[in-house]
Amino acid sequence: MLQATDVRFAYRPNRGVAAKPVLNGVTLEVPAGRVVGILGPNGSGKTTLLRILNGTLRPLGGHVSLDGQDLATLPRATLARRMASVPQETHLAFDYSVIEIVLMGRYPHLGAFEVEGPADLAIARRALAATGTLDFEARSFATLSGGEKQRVIIAAALAQISDDGESRAGTLLLLDEPTAALDLGYQLEVAALVRGLNRQLPLSIVVSTHDLNFAAGVCDTLVLLREGRVLAAGATDDVLTPEHIRALYDVEADVQRHAEAGHLVVVPIGRRA
Amino acid sequence: MKTVRQRFVLATAGFGALALAATVLAPLAGSTPISLRRALDPSVPFADNVDAQIFFVARLPRTLAGALVGSTLASAGVVFQGLLRNPLATPFTLGVSAGAALGAMLAITFGLSLGWAGVPAASFAGSLGAVAVVYGLARARHGGLSTNVLLLAGVTMNAFFSALILFVQYFADYAETYRILRWLMGDLDVSSYQPLVTAVPLVVIAFLAFAWLARPLNLLSLGVDSAETRGLDVARTQRTAFLSASVATGAAVSVGGPVGFIGIIVPHLVRLLVGSDHRVVLPASALFGAAFLIGCDVVARTAMSPVELPVGVITALIGGPFFLWLLVRR
Repeated sequence: MLQATDVRFAYRPNRGVAAKPVLNGVTLEVPAGRVVGILGPNGSGKTTLLRILNGTLRPLGGHVSLDGQDLATLPRATLARRMASVPQETHLAFDYSVIEIVLMGRYPHLGAFEVEGPADLAIARRALAATGTLDFEARSFATLSGGEKQRVIIAAALAQISDDGESRAGTLLLLDEPTAALDLGYQLEVAALVRGLNRQLPLSIVVSTHDLNFAAGVCDTLVLLREGRVLAAGATDDVLTPEHIRALYDVEADVQRHAEAGHLVVVPIGRRA
Repeated sequence: MKTVRQRFVLATAGFGALALAATVLAPLAGSTPISLRRALDPSVPFADNVDAQIFFVARLPRTLAGALVGSTLASAGVVFQGLLRNPLATPFTLGVSAGAALGAMLAITFGLSLGWAGVPAASFAGSLGAVAVVYGLARARHGGLSTNVLLLAGVTMNAFFSALILFVQYFADYAETYRILRWLMGDLDVSSYQPLVTAVPLVVIAFLAFAWLARPLNLLSLGVDSAETRGLDVARTQRTAFLSASVATGAAVSVGGPVGFIGIIVPHLVRLLVGSDHRVVLPASALFGAAFLIGCDVVARTAMSPVELPVGVITALIGGPFFLWLLVRR
């Protein structure tokens, strides 16, 4: 279980502009095997929170722990074998083939001069298969569409947290706005992928998003962030209410259960006067 | 799909054979024709063997200097490109070569007596100073340099160091000035093994670091944050890369002056052939860089024979248009 307790953070003051707190005492937990969504308007601290959860930023106050152990005391490689992150977009400095990208996920499993072996290749292929990208194996990453790239990067993340066996017990996947740059078809594809992965594998998922319907369809629980504080947290059906949407975005919205979709659906009506 | 190991073996064997062939054949070219068979004939004593003397004393040091400078600048180019996540970064375009040249010039002109390693050490100090500026810029820009910033920084650094170099040159005597000018163009006018012997330890240290850096540089291609979440110590990687690339540049410049464009032509051609994995690109660039600069030097020595051009003239004639083509293509 990943737990954040009273996390505080502020970026360093820049050119005389005083440091403004980005996170103001955020507490949340990601129970094993659940999908947790982080919602909030622009500048609410979603990306910063994810970077603190994945260890690339250290909180200025409070702490983050993975199964009771403080993130700051975990060796990098140990953490990387347990938790993988998928950024919003990936821009490569040089062109690599898809299989090379996914094999890079094996980095924390190998010694300094060790080369990926057949076992790593098998894991990489399984990860590609799990995200439906096995056909692209030999293609150059640069030639893929946005949705295909996103799935390959998710495959690399899966390869990273795979043990040599099939087990991913107690592992985590962190996704930062995975659908932000994608069209509707790819958005639904990524949503189905996230749900499917969570069902097939013992894997917890944290996903930040602006897309309320994506969150409603994918997440078990939600954390609503506003101005660096938790506005509300709990089961998706309890938290995703017109009142909370109004408080988050200043938007009037209708929230209903959609019979065919099988989850809540949010219809924005208009900006609050 | 070949594994990394297979591609490494293939690339090393191929480019290695090319480098070896260049090293053996280049000393045969020149104003006095010599025969390789006679030069290597063990039945003739060395003192009587004119061909062997020309081969081993007059021409081989220069060829080996070309190999050392070419392989070092090419692989330093790869490291700078991986580190700054920009295929246009090289010791030359970033002004690091100019920094190294300034250091070496100060040591030569004012005869700093730092013992056997005086010039390489001063040259390393100069490249380190220049790299510190680039490092600061890259950090301020969150781990990468856009092409605009990189090119502007390079132009500025080169102009700044050129001014200082001219200033130092003002204090050199008249005869010295001509020699320094040639050296500043990038010249392999090496007539003994001594400069090589002093530079080799630095190059060995740098190459050991490069070998360790190969996989971290692959991860950095994904972006700084992605590399970090895959378990890479990004800060340590950046420090190691900056330091070892400065050592390499300093060593190369102390031998051959700031020879330009090797660090961009060679890695680029190599990537077209072997892909982007640094575990293959680095050794392949080192070997191809050696062959390439030896080849350029043969052209420099023979194109206007008996006049010998500085090799930097040749690399710039090839590299300038190549660089512009890369800029347009991006």
